[in-house]
Amino acid sequence: MYSDLVIEHFTNPRNVGVIENADGVGRVGNPVCGDMMEIFIKVEDGRIADVKFRTFGCGAAIATSSMATEMVKGKPIEDVLRLTRKDVADALGGLPAHKMHCSNLAVDALRAALHDYFSKHPELLPAGVRLEDLAPPPEDSSAEEA
Amino acid sequence: MAIDLDKGVYLDHAATTPVDRRVVEAMLPFWTERYGNPSSIYRLGRDAAKALNGARERIAGILQADPSEIIFTSCGTESDNLAIRGVAFAQRARGKGTHIITSSVEHHAVGHTVEQLVKKFGFEATFLPVDHYGMVDPDEVARAIRPDTVLITIMYANNEVGTIQPIAEIGRLARERGIPFHTDAVQAGGALPLDVNALNVDLLSLSAHKFYGPKGVGLLYVRKGTPLWPMQTGGSQERNRRAGTENVAFAVGMATALELAYAELEQTNRRVQALRDRLIAGVLERIPDVELTGHPTQRLPNSASFVVKYVEGEAMLLNLDMKGIFASSGSACTSMSLSPSHVLTAMGFPPEIAHGSLRMTLGKGNTEEEIDYVLDVLPEIVSRLRAMSPLYQPAA
Ligand SMILES: Cc1ncc(COP(=O)(O)O)c(C=O)c1O
Ligand code: FES
Repeated sequence: MYSDLVIEHFTNPRNVGVIENADGVGRVGNPVCGDMMEIFIKVEDGRIADVKFRTFGCGAAIATSSMATEMVKGKPIEDVLRLTRKDVADALGGLPAHKMHCSNLAVDALRAALHDYFSKHPELLPAGVRLEDLAPPPEDSSAEEA
Repeated sequence: MAIDLDKGVYLDHAATTPVDRRVVEAMLPFWTERYGNPSSIYRLGRDAAKALNGARERIAGILQADPSEIIFTSCGTESDNLAIRGVAFAQRARGKGTHIITSSVEHHAVGHTVEQLVKKFGFEATFLPVDHYGMVDPDEVARAIRPDTVLITIMYANNEVGTIQPIAEIGRLARERGIPFHTDAVQAGGALPLDVNALNVDLLSLSAHKFYGPKGVGLLYVRKGTPLWPMQTGGSQERNRRAGTENVAFAVGMATALELAYAELEQTNRRVQALRDRLIAGVLERIPDVELTGHPTQRLPNSASFVVKYVEGEAMLLNLDMKGIFASSGSACTSMSLSPSHVLTAMGFPPEIAHGSLRMTLGKGNTEEEIDYVLDVLPEIVSRLRAMSPLYQPAA
C-alpha cells in the first residue's frame, strides 16, 4: 500500500532528533488518530539552516516527517510557508487515501515551529503573513483540510 | 536449522493459516473427478452427497453433535450472521422478545451484526463490559438477562488478545433460562475442546482457515430445537437452513483439517505453547515498558499480544516486515477507521497505549530459531522507534 519512496524514508528517516537551543519548536498532535510530532528549526538569513524532528506515529507519519524536513532544509521561509501536505505526499509518490491526514502532522508542525520563531521575532514576519495563521490547529479541528 | 527469510517468519496464525498438504490432497478429487452435485440422483451425485455427509459426520464426531446439527457455510462471518440474525428473527416472530446479550470484545462479524439488528431492525442489545484481561464475568451475564432476552452470544476465545471466556458457565445460565446461547469459536477451533455439550452451547461458529483448512468455508452447529430462520433462501440444501449448492471439496477439506487438528491437538498445543511462552518471556525481559495484553493463563496457547509503550503499531509491523517477520496490531493507524481496537479500548487501555499494540500468533510450523530471531530483532526495532518518539523519555 505504500510507495517504495515512503518505505525508503520510513526505513532511513532523514533529520531525526532534537536541536538544542532551536530558534523555533513546533509540537502538534494528530486529532484523527492521536499521533504526535515535534519539529525543531534553526533560522539563518531568512532560511531554514537546520531542522530536526521526532514523530510518534505510523509509517506514513514518519516518512512525511522525513520528507518534509528534507524539502525545507536550506529553503527560504517564504517557500516553507507555501508548503502543503499535498506537496509532501506528492514528493513521496503519493499516499493511500486514508493516510493523507498523516502528512498534516509534518506541515502543521513546521508552521507551528515558524509560529514559535516569529513570536520571538515579530519584526521578521514576512509582509502579508499573519502570526495567527501559523498557529497550530486546535486539538479538535478536522484534519481534512490541507 | 537456519531461518528461511524469503519464506518469512509467519506469526499471524490468528489471521489465517497455511493449508495442510494432507488437506489439499483430500480436497483435490472433488474438483475434477468426483465433481457431482450432491442433490443429483445419479451415481456421481450420490457420491458427492456421500462425501459431503461423511464430512458432516466426521465433524459432528468431534463436536459430540448429531450430523444433522451441522450447517456448512462460506466462512466464520456467515456462520455468525446466520446464528445471530437467524435466531433473533425466529425468536421475535414467536413473540419471545427483542433483547440480545453480547460482549464488548466480539469480532466485528458478531458486533456489527448485533449493531445492525439494533439500528435497523428494532432490537435492543446489552454489550457486556470486560475486565482488564478481556474477560466477561458470568455474573454480569446473569444480571443482564431480561424476560425478553432472545439470544446470548459470547465468543469462546478472543482473536486479538487470546483470552478464553467462561463459556460453559455462561451456557449453563442461558440453559437454565431457556435462552439460546451462541459462541463464536472461530479462534478456538483447532486449539480448544469443542464438545458442545460440555460447553453448554446451542450454536457454535467455526472457520476452516484458522486450523490449516481452506479460506471460504465455515460451519454453524445448531442444537436440535433451536429456532433459526434461514438467512439465505433457495434450494433445500442443508435441511432448508442454508440454500446453495454445497461446496463438497471445502466441506471435505474442513472435516479433514478439523480431524487432523484434534488428532494432534495435545502435541501441537504443547509445542506451540512452549514457543509462545518463550516469546512472551523474552519480550517482557528484553524490552522495557511492555505489557502482556489478555489473560496471563486463560489464553489461547498460540497467542502472544502486547502493548509496547511510546511506539506505534504500524511502524513496528513495517519494521518487522523488513526483517521478514509477519505480525499484526490493533493500533489506530493500522485500521482503516483510524480508531484503536475496540477490544483494547473495552479492556481499559487509553488510545495512546493501544497505539503500541502488537500481536504475534504462532502456529505448528514455527521453530525455536524463529522465535529467537524475533527476540533478537524486536528490541532493536523498538529502541529505534522510541529514539524517534517525542513521548519517550529514556531513564537517565
Ligand atoms: C473470532 C473471529 N470470528 C469470526 C471471524 C471471521 O471468520 P472468516 O474470516 O472465516 O469470515 C474471525 C476471523 O478473523 C475471528 O477471528
Ligand atoms: S499517524 Fe496514525 S495513521 Fe498515520
